[in-house]
Amino acid sequence: MIPRFWRKIKYRYDIVGSICESCGSKFYPPRNFCPVCRRKSRIKEQRFNGRGKILSYTVVHDTPDEFKLNKPYVVALIELDDGPIITSQVVCGPNEVEVGMRVVKAFRKYFEDGDDGVIYYGTKFIPEDKSMESVSSNSSN
Amino acid sequence: MKVGIVSYGTYIPRFRLSVEEIARVWGENPENIKSGLGVLRKSVSDLDEDTATISVEAAREAVERSGIDPERIGAIFVGSESHPYAVKPTATIVGDAIGCGNNFHAADFEFACKAGTAGIQACMGMVKAGMIEFGLAIGADTSQSAPGDPLEYSASAGGAAFLVGKKGVIAEIEETLSFTSDTPDFWRREGQPYPSHGGRFTGIPAYFRHVVTAAEQIMEKTGYKPSDFDYAVFHQPNGKFPVRAARMLGFSNDQIAQGLVVREIGNTYSGSSVLGFSAVLDIAKPGNKILLVSFGSGAGSDAFIFNVTDSIESFPRHPSVWEKIRSGIAVDYSTYLKLRKKIKLKG
Repeated sequence: MIPRFWRKIKYRYDIVGSICESCGSKFYPPRNFCPVCRRKSRIKEQRFNGRGKILSYTVVHDTPDEFKLNKPYVVALIELDDGPIITSQVVCGPNEVEVGMRVVKAFRKYFEDGDDGVIYYGTKFIPEDKSMESVSSNSSN
Repeated sequence: MKVGIVSYGTYIPRFRLSVEEIARVWGENPENIKSGLGVLRKSVSDLDEDTATISVEAAREAVERSGIDPERIGAIFVGSESHPYAVKPTATIVGDAIGCGNNFHAADFEFACKAGTAGIQACMGMVKAGMIEFGLAIGADTSQSAPGDPLEYSASAGGAAFLVGKKGVIAEIEETLSFTSDTPDFWRREGQPYPSHGGRFTGIPAYFRHVVTAAEQIMEKTGYKPSDFDYAVFHQPNGKFPVRAARMLGFSNDQIAQGLVVREIGNTYSGSSVLGFSAVLDIAKPGNKILLVSFGSGAGSDAFIFNVTDSIESFPRHPSVWEKIRSGIAVDYSTYLKLRKKIKLKG
């Protein structure tokens, strides 16, 4: 499990995918072979900028054990401005999310392997306009 | 060109827990706490946030604002007392997340609340020596506090990151010095989940002795007096100490107001004085002179004199620290216990 994860660190810590220079297809997770161009594939690694909008989403209520504390949480299909459509958790309440909402990448923890195991980090998304209710009163500034 | 701050970035988790809510649970009078501590609410990290994620977000903002290729960063120091691992650096996580390649020097610092400014000094030394072009110093924490302990009203989460270098400096470091002694006012033993502290009466021999002495010494060394500074920022364990330290030294409330973030977000430990300093940089103008004095229990203070340069005018400073402070979502005490994993799940 650990080696499988750390080989992917580069692609999970940031949205590093790939692009086929022959046809312009973009991939995330990265592919080293273009299904369109096949033998004529010219694959190059590409870092996508991490902004996009939600195409569709679901709210997960029944979770694997590692995510029990997080429930309910939002998983969405996100169309990146400069890249492919990807699947990611969106860190916001189930009532905050909506189709078409702008989101931006955020570095978060995925899960911990128990109390003494490795901590897995990676990219999630948060609403771009964090139009949060203000809790501050007439503050000191 | 002098060494200085080339860029900065900040991160404050979005949840807020009010003094009223904590006091309600523990049967305390919230008005007494608010007036005694000078704190109204504190920031609380999400379940999937920790010192590493806060560090990465602050570092990304700093790198993005600078427009510098991350591969030119030669050193990363993360100062915190809540590193996610006891053994395994946070700095390597930051390095990979911001994409600065593999040729960088990395280390984690711990010195209670002043490990972030210790990182700035280390970067400054390496840049000055010509070992690196840019260094990244981060102060970040998701500080721990035992339920019911007075610390619970203030121990919060947040962080700031600084790119230190010689090119494109927005605030040059004119002088820095440290004042350090073995003063066990606050500590956490290996393997313990929560810190312990000497309680009352540690203020004078710990915080005030180190902060005031470091500030006096740096002004004596450079020949400046309090009125020469446009802004001063002192470490903020609560809303009272920095105000009293400023008064003892002869600084006015106007000089410290912009950097006094503790009332709204609590004590972000390694992030505390550097978030206050970032809030000052948000509005600083060319020619401004800023005094920054951190404090870390155990104990020591790092003092800095910064001169803001013309480059700050074209430097992107949005969203500001105060904008981040003011946008937040209130949580109740039981949600806080869950977010901070103070409730243990069975199995």
